[in-house]
Amino acid sequence: MGKLFALVLAIITVISTAFFVTHTWWLPVDISAHGHAIDHQLSETMLSSGVLFVLSQLALAAFVWRFGDRRDGRAVTTFPGGVTPMVVFAVVLVGAEVLALTFVGSKVWAGIYQTPPDPNSLQIDVQSEQFAFYFRYPGPDGKFGATHPDLINEASENYFGLDPKNDVSARDDIVVPTLTIPVNRPVALTLRAKDVGHAFYVPELRIQQDFVPGLSIPLHFTATQTGKYEIVCTQLCGLGHYNMRAYIEVLPAAQFEQWLKDKAAQQ
Amino acid sequence: MSQPTTVAAAHHHAPPQGFLRKHVFSLDHKVIGKQYLDLALVAVCTGMVLSWLMRFHLAWPETPIPGLGKLSPTGAAGGVITPEYYLALMTMHGTIMVFFVLTTAPFAGFGNYFLPIQVGAEDMAFPRINMTSFWVTLVAFLVLISAFVVGDGPPLSGWTAYAPLSAVGKDAGPGQGVGQTLWAVSITLFCVAQLLGALNFITTTLDLRTKGMSLARMPYSTWAWFITSVIGLIAFAVLMPACILLILDRVAGTSFFIPAGLVISDRLQPHAGGSPLLWQHLFWFFGHPEVYIAILPGFGIISHILPVFARKPLLGPRVLIACLVSIAFLSYTVWGHHMFLSGMNPFSATLFSVPTLIITIPATIVTLLWIGTIYGAKLRFTTPALFCLGFVSVFVSGGISGFFLAQPSIDTYLHGTYFVVGHFHFVMGVAAMFGIFAATYFWAPKMFGRMMSETLGKWHFWLTFIGVYCVFMPMHYLGLAGNVRRYSAFTDDYLKPLIPLHRFITVAALFTGAAQLIFLFNLIRSRLRGPKAPDNPWEATSLEWSTTSPPPFDNFGGRPPVVQHGPNEYGTKGAAGDYVMQASPQAAGRA
Repeated sequence: MGKLFALVLAIITVISTAFFVTHTWWLPVDISAHGHAIDHQLSETMLSSGVLFVLSQLALAAFVWRFGDRRDGRAVTTFPGGVTPMVVFAVVLVGAEVLALTFVGSKVWAGIYQTPPDPNSLQIDVQSEQFAFYFRYPGPDGKFGATHPDLINEASENYFGLDPKNDVSARDDIVVPTLTIPVNRPVALTLRAKDVGHAFYVPELRIQQDFVPGLSIPLHFTATQTGKYEIVCTQLCGLGHYNMRAYIEVLPAAQFEQWLKDKAAQQ
Repeated sequence: MSQPTTVAAAHHHAPPQGFLRKHVFSLDHKVIGKQYLDLALVAVCTGMVLSWLMRFHLAWPETPIPGLGKLSPTGAAGGVITPEYYLALMTMHGTIMVFFVLTTAPFAGFGNYFLPIQVGAEDMAFPRINMTSFWVTLVAFLVLISAFVVGDGPPLSGWTAYAPLSAVGKDAGPGQGVGQTLWAVSITLFCVAQLLGALNFITTTLDLRTKGMSLARMPYSTWAWFITSVIGLIAFAVLMPACILLILDRVAGTSFFIPAGLVISDRLQPHAGGSPLLWQHLFWFFGHPEVYIAILPGFGIISHILPVFARKPLLGPRVLIACLVSIAFLSYTVWGHHMFLSGMNPFSATLFSVPTLIITIPATIVTLLWIGTIYGAKLRFTTPALFCLGFVSVFVSGGISGFFLAQPSIDTYLHGTYFVVGHFHFVMGVAAMFGIFAATYFWAPKMFGRMMSETLGKWHFWLTFIGVYCVFMPMHYLGLAGNVRRYSAFTDDYLKPLIPLHRFITVAALFTGAAQLIFLFNLIRSRLRGPKAPDNPWEATSLEWSTTSPPPFDNFGGRPPVVQHGPNEYGTKGAAGDYVMQASPQAAGRA
């Protein structure tokens, strides 16, 4: 029975690990300026914790294989050195891993979430609601109009609650359902929720951030590849949660400027 | 560690009379323990059926499930589950499993039955409060289940019930009416029961230990229940007021968790001044310690059972206790790792990340103690022993993925994906369930006086062990591919290629679930007509094995045991076998 357990556990360990090693299911291609640091951190963690995983499962399997009761009258023995090597191993090895991951990881994190956006970033306002995202550009005047929750009206497509009658800066605001951005230019989003919590997740951008009602949350990144990708909601927001998505379209710089001009002309 | 001053005999009470007092409104901790376990059994069956429905829907969203349309004409008209009903199944599955199974069975159930016996007491310190705890838990469960049939549908905000979705009421969509209020009332009641239970456990452990039962001689399961009680006392004391505030937001027009300016269903909400993050902080201040409330009894149970079947002492018992205490302490410093992306100050993410990573150190030490105990052992491969070994394996698998999620920089990719689902199911779901199975096979002879079938038990183990790996390991792959959780269907372009893997998981989950019927059959059959159990079938040392199977109403037949030894005396050389029982007057041999 012990040998069977050891064998089954070894097979489980090998198969589980194989799929991680071969990247059978893996992250999509990274299209962000910061993503390589995250991917690197992930690979480092995968390697170090993968080794721990395989070692501990195989040690368990080997000991169970070896130390079944054969009723042969042999005496039980304690682990060589007793408990000390266990404690030392855990404190030193896991401790070193903890330290390494903390130092490298917090630098990666700080680089994304704790550094101010580039002052020349493209400013875009994002409003999430059950079950859609809307994106607002300031228009030619470079200023966002003020938002008024009481003016929000789905039927008249006033998703942000703008007041163009009385508010000059709101008149040229561009509101679209697709996040269109230029490649290789820093983008600074401001995330707001209209109703309940939502989240902004683009796997290719390696970025995820909650929308929290009552808070304006800044988020910035630079996309380094053109293309069309999905933005999905990852915060449970109600029955349509699974279907809440938008697209992010990364355009070459010139094409983006043209798009922006066309949109401004339509206002 | 001093000798206890109070002796159990001070709490002597008369044997119960009449059917109601004996079996229903019983003050006997053993009956109450079994009641908790029966409740958990009903709850786990319910929760598992819900997960089957969810898994089936995820794999084949358009295929009708026979009979379901009749059971829930609105949620699953024609047998096809609606998106909102999927979320309701998920919410109820999570709530039932976390509270009414993973907290109720290993802690309240087995703890109630065995903690007093293991310390040599006749009963809990406060039998009436103990009975109240159970009945309040039962009412809490009924209130939760009633959400399926009362009002406008079961709640769908997830077991975490994030505000404002959970706080604003009907405007936020189906399931946000009476169902969500019932959820909050149920959890409030559950907290009351747990607080009363924790007080009872702590008092019993500290005051009712029999002569000679010093703290150092307490079995590790008792230690774990004791430490878990202390965690619960603080954690549930935070969740309870949080739920009361949530109820007030929902029914009394307050705004604890609802900020100004929300427009829901085209209506500007009449609320201002609240904070959704406040709910998250309060919930996770409870929620993370809750993970340890679910798993620490498992730690104790494995540490208690493994030496019995290894036939040698547990490696480093004092180190084990120190690790359990430090895990309990650290469990209060890590809740923010659930909120890395919540919009709280990103600097605090780093602060919460550090203790989250540090907590892996005591957890690793404990795991190594178990593996080290197996070294040089004479393992007896009984069903409880197999589940102990399985526990170590699945706990390692679940613990390892914690390294990823503890780092905010990686969590920014994996948060909200199936990687998290795989992680917590392994580390607190499956591991805790393996602890429960080990405990059931180990203690059933004592509780029911009858042995469970070893053949059926082993079939149950093998199918479950392989099954859970087939179900939960692929979830990590899904998460790495960016598969979002809490989706009732995968309609996104990048998710569609992952559906075959979801189908594999579903088939594995249905098989693994079906394997649990073997356990259910074994449990019921052995309870009714299993072979009679001897007093100490496993040759174990602790006090529950010094009394009859099942024990008399006062546990030791009016003769409180006097403890002479620690619980760890296996592999000793002596005339009476390779172990020394705690109450044995025999001198200890070479350990």
